[in-house]
Amino acid sequence: MYGKGLRPLSIASAAALGTAIGLVFFYAPLDADQGFIQKIFYIHVPLAIVTLGGFIAGGLMGIKYLRTGDRSWDMRSYVAIHLSIVLAVAVLITGAIWAKASWGHWWVWDEPTLVSFLIIFLLYCCYQPLRFSIEDPDRQARYAAVFAIIAGAFVPLNFVAVRLAQSFSHPRVLSTTGGNMPGSMRLTFYVSLLAIALLYVTLWKLELTSKNASIQLKRLRVRLEGVLEEQHSAAGAPAPPVGTVPASPRDS
Amino acid sequence: MAEQSATAVIEVEGLERRYGERAALSGVSFQLGEGQTLGLFGPNGAGKSTLLRVLATLLRPHAGGVRVLGAQLPDESWKARGRVGYVGHDPLLYRELSGRENLVFHARLHRVDEARVDELIAAVGMQRRARDPVRELSRGMVQRLSAARALLHDPPLLLLDEPYSGLDPAARELLDPLIGKPSGRTRVLVSHDVDSGTAESDVALGLRAGKQLHFGTPDPAELRRLFQ
Amino acid sequence: MIGTAWTILRKDLQIELRTKESVPAMALFSVTVFVLFHFGLQRNELEGDLAAGVLWVTLILATVLAVNRLFVTEREQGGIDGLLLAPIDRTSVFIAKAGALFLYLVLLELVAVPAFGILLLGPDLFKPLPTLILLLLLADVGLAAVGALVSALAVETRARDLIVPLLLLPLLVPVAIAGAQATEPLFSGNQAAHELGKWVGLLGLYDMVFLLVSIAVFDFLLED
Repeated sequence: MYGKGLRPLSIASAAALGTAIGLVFFYAPLDADQGFIQKIFYIHVPLAIVTLGGFIAGGLMGIKYLRTGDRSWDMRSYVAIHLSIVLAVAVLITGAIWAKASWGHWWVWDEPTLVSFLIIFLLYCCYQPLRFSIEDPDRQARYAAVFAIIAGAFVPLNFVAVRLAQSFSHPRVLSTTGGNMPGSMRLTFYVSLLAIALLYVTLWKLELTSKNASIQLKRLRVRLEGVLEEQHSAAGAPAPPVGTVPASPRDS
Repeated sequence: MAEQSATAVIEVEGLERRYGERAALSGVSFQLGEGQTLGLFGPNGAGKSTLLRVLATLLRPHAGGVRVLGAQLPDESWKARGRVGYVGHDPLLYRELSGRENLVFHARLHRVDEARVDELIAAVGMQRRARDPVRELSRGMVQRLSAARALLHDPPLLLLDEPYSGLDPAARELLDPLIGKPSGRTRVLVSHDVDSGTAESDVALGLRAGKQLHFGTPDPAELRRLFQ
Repeated sequence: MIGTAWTILRKDLQIELRTKESVPAMALFSVTVFVLFHFGLQRNELEGDLAAGVLWVTLILATVLAVNRLFVTEREQGGIDGLLLAPIDRTSVFIAKAGALFLYLVLLELVAVPAFGILLLGPDLFKPLPTLILLLLLADVGLAAVGALVSALAVETRARDLIVPLLLLPLLVPVAIAGAQATEPLFSGNQAAHELGKWVGLLGLYDMVFLLVSIAVFDFLLED
């Protein structure tokens, strides 16, 4: 059920990525001030946008789960957030590289997007520890959804707050040409954005399919154990264990 | 109370309650009429306490139909709340507050007049120690207060999870007219002791590993087989 | 619903008065942190942005202490079951808990702010006091709402003491931003407010968002 569409999606992602890389290296103009390293902008910003989208999507899926009680929404929310956390690390790293190359420091407090990202990253780092320290699986899913919603609501609020804290005398550090991008840059940017978005969705679907498969496997194991136990207790001996039965979204 | 229905106080049909992938209760079906006592029997982990908590509206059924006092669970849980008296493992009393303060708190939550608090304190024989903090009281006294708490709102249904455990015979005698068979209330009683449990019950339900293995007459011999 | 919330709040205040667990600990903690800052920053006096920062960070850290305890009493003592069995609106539990936290914070500030004024603050405390009180009250609403929510979220987890600060502190960053930025001009120069509207607006927005989110989401934390 989940695996449907995975192949065309993968192909589309690969194609978009290939195009994007080509454009970044051969088509987009070279920045006068920052030089070659400026091209990291084409990874950093699309990654940031997709990551934030992922977090908010995770929150929306959490709402869906609470309303319907359908565990597949919880799974989708979990994977979205989990992927976004990984991407957030990449955002911070690419941001640091860019900062070092442009300004000589690995970190710049004057860049509000990066700072907001750090705060959000710290917040979402709690998601998995919180989730997996709750034993009851239903409660775990519910509490995870609540977290996803709170954190999702927090994301825009946080951005507003950090932005406000920047006084207007500090220019945006990691900006490019002050918002007026020439056509070639704009095209490259949008293609990169599309490529990364496609990549995200492909990975999301891939992880969902994989998790779903292992859950089916676990269900079969549990049922098999039940059947074996019935047969053996009828014969008067305890049933042999069918391997260990692992717990919820963790297994894959 | 609004309706005096001639139908059963509790109707359960195909109740399922999971804990993750495992079934805590499966295929539980029974009925309980007014004034009757249902005894729940089974080994540890059979699901007796889980079933009691579902009936108390503390846990929602995952599948199947459950009607308690005319309210369909879980959609109409709010209708049943406040009409059920629950005595579980936890006395549900705040240890830093006195017995009386605890009861007044619960009385307010249930919108019951404060006079009833003193009535019940007297009924469970706790007049002398009612103003001491709960953490200073013995287990038997705490259990008596817990029963008082459960009776504050004069519930038509009592759900009792081994209410007499840790009580001396004197305390038992005190509570019997309130929560025992002589009270005439509809009750669901979880009991580990098959003999005393069956003596108290009009009808018995046997559980093992979440499955219902017996429903009907409280026959001790029959029920003891659950434990093998 | 307000009546029920008041009943539950009263009960919590009764317990707090008996045990004196949360508020004295928060107050003691704050004063100790001020002492730490004196040694850490190697200053006898603070003003401007440093003063604002130390005050707000200390208050926020003290909030963590109270949040840790807020639902623990329910879990350990009476059990949340007692509240769940009653014919009440479960949102009233949230209002009661957030209300309790709000009161604890106000009581804390009654001790911590004067202590700060005596121990570390260079400029005069009385002049900017009305504005400071406004900011503190506004912030306390947000702290209380988020604190109650996080407390309920963390109560079922095994590593509760660790999860609460890790979860709470990032969520409180906007309060730190608004509080410190708004307070900085109050502790420097002519001690007049600057851009107050902006920060009051941010705090107000924060309070509103989290009150709404908390009320919407809280029921799901209590049900089973």
